[in-house]
Amino acid sequence: MADFEPTIIAFVCNWCTYTAADLAGTSRLAYPPNVRMIRMMCTGMVDPKYVIKAFLEGADAVLISGCHPGDCHYINGNYKARRRVKLLKEILPRFGIDEKRLKLTWIGASEGVDFAETVKEMVAEIKALGPSNIKEQMVL
Amino acid sequence: MAKTAKIEVKDQDLLGSLRGFFRSLLEKGELQAVMVPQHLPMKNTVMPTLVTDPEKINGADPLAPVFPINAAKVVSKLTRRPLGGQVAAVLRPCEIRAFIELVKLKQGSMEDVVLVGVDCYGAYSNDNYPRFVGDEGAASTIRFYQNVTSGKGTAYEDFDISPACKACEYPVPDNADLLIGLVGVETSDHLLVKANTPKGEELLGRLGLPSGQEAAERAKAIEALVAERIAYRDQMFDETSHATADIQKLTSYLANCVNCYNCRVACPVCYCKECVFVTDVFDHEPMQYLRWARRKGIIKMPTDTVFYHITRLAHMSTACIGCGQCSNACPNNIPVMEIFRTVANYTQKAFDYQAGRSVEDEPPLSVFREAEFRELTGGKD
Repeated sequence: MADFEPTIIAFVCNWCTYTAADLAGTSRLAYPPNVRMIRMMCTGMVDPKYVIKAFLEGADAVLISGCHPGDCHYINGNYKARRRVKLLKEILPRFGIDEKRLKLTWIGASEGVDFAETVKEMVAEIKALGPSNIKEQMVL
Repeated sequence: MAKTAKIEVKDQDLLGSLRGFFRSLLEKGELQAVMVPQHLPMKNTVMPTLVTDPEKINGADPLAPVFPINAAKVVSKLTRRPLGGQVAAVLRPCEIRAFIELVKLKQGSMEDVVLVGVDCYGAYSNDNYPRFVGDEGAASTIRFYQNVTSGKGTAYEDFDISPACKACEYPVPDNADLLIGLVGVETSDHLLVKANTPKGEELLGRLGLPSGQEAAERAKAIEALVAERIAYRDQMFDETSHATADIQKLTSYLANCVNCYNCRVACPVCYCKECVFVTDVFDHEPMQYLRWARRKGIIKMPTDTVFYHITRLAHMSTACIGCGQCSNACPNNIPVMEIFRTVANYTQKAFDYQAGRSVEDEPPLSVFREAEFRELTGGKD
């Protein structure tokens, strides 16, 4: 499994983590190209079914990342996201989806370095965990 | 201290005594109506009825071992806006617990309703009940009740009460305004009536029933019944976890799902006014199906069945009260209740929440705290 390259779907908020990812890019910080970023206006609008769909379609991991507590552009969207992640981390492992495959982080707009590090760490972690076997297990 | 009274049972006529009690609710209770399950003249079926005329309550049978729908849904219809008077609703414990969830979701109100709960020994599925009742009507209810109290149990021919009922650890409606007690009560002589709330006390006060005591045996009998139910439940949790331990197993568990969505229509706490699965979001472009099929070489039609069930778990498992109407409604006999209760056991514990316990408890996904679940982000804020 040395050549396994995980696919990570990242739901990132427009105001913080997307901006941080942009900063990482403009600062020429290298990070693994395994993330497929989906820019949301807020982590508070990441519907649990987006995450479920990503896993059922074979994503190896899902990252949800937004503003630090207290910094949400919409005041409290990130707190709601945190409860939903808690909920999903109870449901998904019941069906064999390792809870490590779902990650929540807070990365502020100025934290480009943190974004690059987070992606690097997550890719390493998922590589160690191995690929999701849902694609083989699931006939849609 | 709860206020207790008793309904005297004359000539062993349990249902007659209950009907007398419901009649007195209408005559003395200063209520506009009583909602109670009754045997209907057509087809020997039992359905909730809304009764204003004391003479038309003669088929009332809240003990019949069947509930074709979770009546929380109809109480929600009655109370979602001001009703113009008080109504008593005679409900099973699971119906009360579902209604409490609906009230918290603003789909019902406690304002105009007095909840009268009756101890519940369980119910047969909608499929099996007609076989049990035959042409006997209310007499079959007495047969059921005698089998239970004599220790013969609830099984009949080749079936038993539904798995949801066997796994139900809440046979006693402790959160009703007014409770009618059967478990551990000498029902050949009387039924227990207990007011758990000021509203219940007020109603009880108007009825002028003889005072009664909660017998010491009752607590023991309830404890034994609950222990039996919990043992069944825990075994069900184990078996279901095993049967759905990965996506492949889950897919085969749900293989017979035809996307009829009966389970969510029957679910009393599936609260969305319009389910996302019937909106344009899932009305895929025809070409989309071809693309999916090409990608894998094959797809099962209809699509989105596993997706639907996991999404519904995310939506309502924290509110699941375990009534089992989902399994009851499934045309293909998928054990839906088992999977929902098993997952709900985890999701409710995660938020330290017990669905249907109290209107005071906040539904987990409707609130948040600033400092909580910090372990999700590695302790970082």
